[in-house]
Amino acid sequence: MLLSKEEVLHVANLARLSVEPSELEEMAGTLSRVLEYIDLLNELDTESVSPTSQVVEQHTVWRSDVIQDSLSAELATQNGPQVVSAMFVVPKILDGGGQ
Amino acid sequence: MAGLDWDAVEMARRVQSGEVSALELVDASLERIAAVDSNIGAFLYVDDVGARQSARRLDSELTRDQKKSLPLAGVPVAIKDNLVTRQMPTTAASKMLQGFMSPYDATVVERLLAAGAIPVGKVNLDEFAMGSSTEHSAYQVTRNPWDISRVPGGSSGGSAAAVAAGMVPLALGSDTGGSIRTPASYCGVFGMKPTYGRVSRYGLIAFASSLDQVGPFSRTVRDAALLLHVISGRDPHDATSVDVSSTAPTVVVADPTQMRIGLPEEYFGDGIDPNVRTQVDAALETLKGLGATLVPISLPHTRYAIATYYLIANAEASSNLSRYDGVRYGFRETAPDLIQMYSRTRSQGFGDEVQRRILLGTHALSAGYYDAYYLKAQKVRTLIRRDFDQAFESVDLIVTPTVPDLPFKFGERALDPLQMYLTDIFTVTTNLAGLPGLSQPIGLADGLPVGLQWIAPALEEERILGMASALEAVLPVPSWPMQGGLSR
Repeated sequence: MLLSKEEVLHVANLARLSVEPSELEEMAGTLSRVLEYIDLLNELDTESVSPTSQVVEQHTVWRSDVIQDSLSAELATQNGPQVVSAMFVVPKILDGGGQ
Repeated sequence: MAGLDWDAVEMARRVQSGEVSALELVDASLERIAAVDSNIGAFLYVDDVGARQSARRLDSELTRDQKKSLPLAGVPVAIKDNLVTRQMPTTAASKMLQGFMSPYDATVVERLLAAGAIPVGKVNLDEFAMGSSTEHSAYQVTRNPWDISRVPGGSSGGSAAAVAAGMVPLALGSDTGGSIRTPASYCGVFGMKPTYGRVSRYGLIAFASSLDQVGPFSRTVRDAALLLHVISGRDPHDATSVDVSSTAPTVVVADPTQMRIGLPEEYFGDGIDPNVRTQVDAALETLKGLGATLVPISLPHTRYAIATYYLIANAEASSNLSRYDGVRYGFRETAPDLIQMYSRTRSQGFGDEVQRRILLGTHALSAGYYDAYYLKAQKVRTLIRRDFDQAFESVDLIVTPTVPDLPFKFGERALDPLQMYLTDIFTVTTNLAGLPGLSQPIGLADGLPVGLQWIAPALEEERILGMASALEAVLPVPSWPMQGGLSR
């Protein structure tokens, strides 16, 4: 398999996803099959090819530095699961909370 | 029901002239939804109160001249639920965004409203637009109006099914690798992915930012042209929107005798359902009969497109979806500390397919793999673009089947992600190259719709619409789907 169970755990940690131990085998298998398919790209010699990151031939887009209307703090935070005075509340990150 | 046989152009004309009221059209649309959508499942949210209110306002507060200035006066529309709306919830068909109310409207929604259109609701999709069948919605199944045991395609399956079943004449969808054109083909309607940058992405919930585009669904070419006209054009809120004027509001029918149409051999090989092949061949004969010149061409890097697409799309998705952390949006799973809160929230809030894609994308971007996967894919993307550049030196348009097969049954591809990914084999290339593509319904095979895909050089949407219109004029008028209580 192109992706071991340990690697799946590593990637899941990077992505802040928790994979159940019971799902690990299947996830590694599924992702490995997709990666095996993707291996097709190695048929191509791309040594001298430049990458395409976006297709619009555009350079920096400028605008004038003028203050415009924006959302109020109340509106901008209205969808937070826990909000106090237009501020997001999160579990404690210090004192052992953030390891 | 009065009015639902008309296309949007006809509806708007009658509202402008006072022959019919916006409220009558909206009522007809809402009644049709109430009558058939329990069988189809296109709508995640129906805003009957808001839609009737907007219709009444349009009818009573605007003068005839004001109505005439609204190209979509009184036309009921459906909006894919990954476009944010202030008046209706937006979920992206994910548990993660259950109950989310956007504090602003997407630019395309603002433009719809400014054109006099009346949104009647939000329609289903694969969660965060990741899928080709709409089976990956966290909320409900959407059925193909032509055969309710089959998928409508995806990810904009709700948009396509709502238009195909006559609930609305127009819908907005989004297309990252075929998410407008695949369901348009499977449901027998028109669906266009515009040139990258033609339509603002502001307020489109981001999947893969270098590939995503918003586009129209309709039952006529002229409706697709009109809706594209309304939503296209530069938007200061989206720096990648191109600085060119919007497309024309009406179709200028093209002269087929002046058109050289390329048929890429890679899109006509093995693996195409013979039923699809027969319909596509018949459409090609029709085009030849109209005087078009058909030219065999080659797009040699086609076979690398799916692999390239899944690396780029998922890498971008893994970055875009990092914002769903249980802090700023609806869903949160409680945990003793912040890191565990993040990972529990994301594992509970995202569906399996979304998590698979985030993992794949994260892997492709991670230290030690970036060059082998992400950078490699970006380089192959260059080769795929060059294929098209070279082809368009000798042809005006390219034509292919939209999808290699007919709509499949529920569950048929759900177990094998790779097989599902291959559904998009003919559509992902235009996203990678940033080109416009349209799926045009060309007939039925075994009672199921077949679509023809038109591809043009960047910003040449009008060339596609002109030729699609020439073909539409000579194809038999399509029948309506009759299953699931849909007969009228």
